Amino acid sequence: MLLLLLGIILLHVAGLVLLFVSTIVSVWTTGETGTADLWLNCTTDGGYHCNPGSSGEWIQAVQAVMILSIIFSCLSLFLFFCQLFTLQKGGRFFLTGTFQILASLFVMSGAIIYTVMSPQWVPGTDRFGYSYILAWVAFPLALISGLIYVILRKRE
Amino acid sequence: MLTFLALASVVLLGIVPEQSQAIMIYTGWERHALVGGDIRLSCSFFSWRWTSEEVTFSWTYRPDGARDSISIFHYTGGEAYVDNKGPFRDRLEFVGNPGRRDGSILIKNLDYNDNGTFTCDAKNPPDIVGRPSSVRLLVFEKVPIQAGVITGAIIGVVLGLLVLIVVIYYLMRFLVARRVFSLSVSKHGKKKKEGSQQRQLWTPPPSLATPSPKRTVSLPPHPSLSVCLTLLLLNVFFCPLHTAPPVLLTPSLILSSLTHQSHPSISLTLLSS
Repeated sequence: MLLLLLGIILLHVAGLVLLFVSTIVSVWTTGETGTADLWLNCTTDGGYHCNPGSSGEWIQAVQAVMILSIIFSCLSLFLFFCQLFTLQKGGRFFLTGTFQILASLFVMSGAIIYTVMSPQWVPGTDRFGYSYILAWVAFPLALISGLIYVILRKRE
Repeated sequence: MLTFLALASVVLLGIVPEQSQAIMIYTGWERHALVGGDIRLSCSFFSWRWTSEEVTFSWTYRPDGARDSISIFHYTGGEAYVDNKGPFRDRLEFVGNPGRRDGSILIKNLDYNDNGTFTCDAKNPPDIVGRPSSVRLLVFEKVPIQAGVITGAIIGVVLGLLVLIVVIYYLMRFLVARRVFSLSVSKHGKKKKEGSQQRQLWTPPPSLATPSPKRTVSLPPHPSLSVCLTLLLLNVFFCPLHTAPPVLLTPSLILSSLTHQSHPSISLTLLSS
């Protein structure tokens, strides 16, 4: 029982950490000269320096959606602990699961928007960076975590 | 604003000896505009002398990257002469007021070729010694959206919707609880025995670290469940969830227990269970 609880919390926290790293580290695109998106464009030629990123509408939408996913995942973790102590026996963690599934949907929509719209401002020679990959990994983690919460019943 | 400061300095410093007189010309430092739009380049001056009738304004333009400048506007003897051969023909208009020391011009229908430096030179005889002042014009294709506007808007809307849904949920729960309580009080005469027996049988499950005052304000499940199913037929969220202490229920319970003074026992069992 305790092992199950620890495993669930670990899964949730892992998803949360991936979300944080993916949002904060600005390496959604990597090229020969440097990295770019979401927040900074950094170039390595002539010394390493960073400029504020482009302020197009789609990048701002991706920023907003990633921040919202972090907020919802944190809220879901907080609600999990609340519901753990106040839910009656046999109850399901609906609220926690809903927030976590919403967070995963936000990450998915952010990654999809970036995939579809980034050719408009990213040159074709650049590849996707590791932050982008982490966003795609965080999406199924958060989704599975949310589904587990919805299915789980409180025992003891 | 600048003329006010100038006049204030005149009052404070008193009359300045004539050797230090010089005309001071003010324009902006840099101006931004959109392609196809208009821009008003303002030019004003400060002089110790009254504005004479022979005041002159002249504007010259030097394109970006060029070395020479050409004259595009001249105001003298009460007449304004605008560019009729150069790059600004039919696009330049005088919108200043020489009587108020304002020699501003308006350029219409801007293009990328209009990027450059505009210099204003004003003379107020006999006050003719002074330095011309320059303003740089930058023409953009479109004004870029400020970073963070759309981000903030999306986040704000979603969080606002979340708060709204939570408020509506608690409001509905509060209204349902009031109706439940009034209904259970009206059926008190019929089902008093059954109701008290049910309440005795049902005890809240011992859960980790739950302070008991929290349990006292939650409704007994059986009457609320039946009323939920009969009255609302809404989503299952309302019935099995007793997650957070509904603090709105306490004043309603106290109020209704005070009004229904013939049933003090109900309020006691509810508050002490």
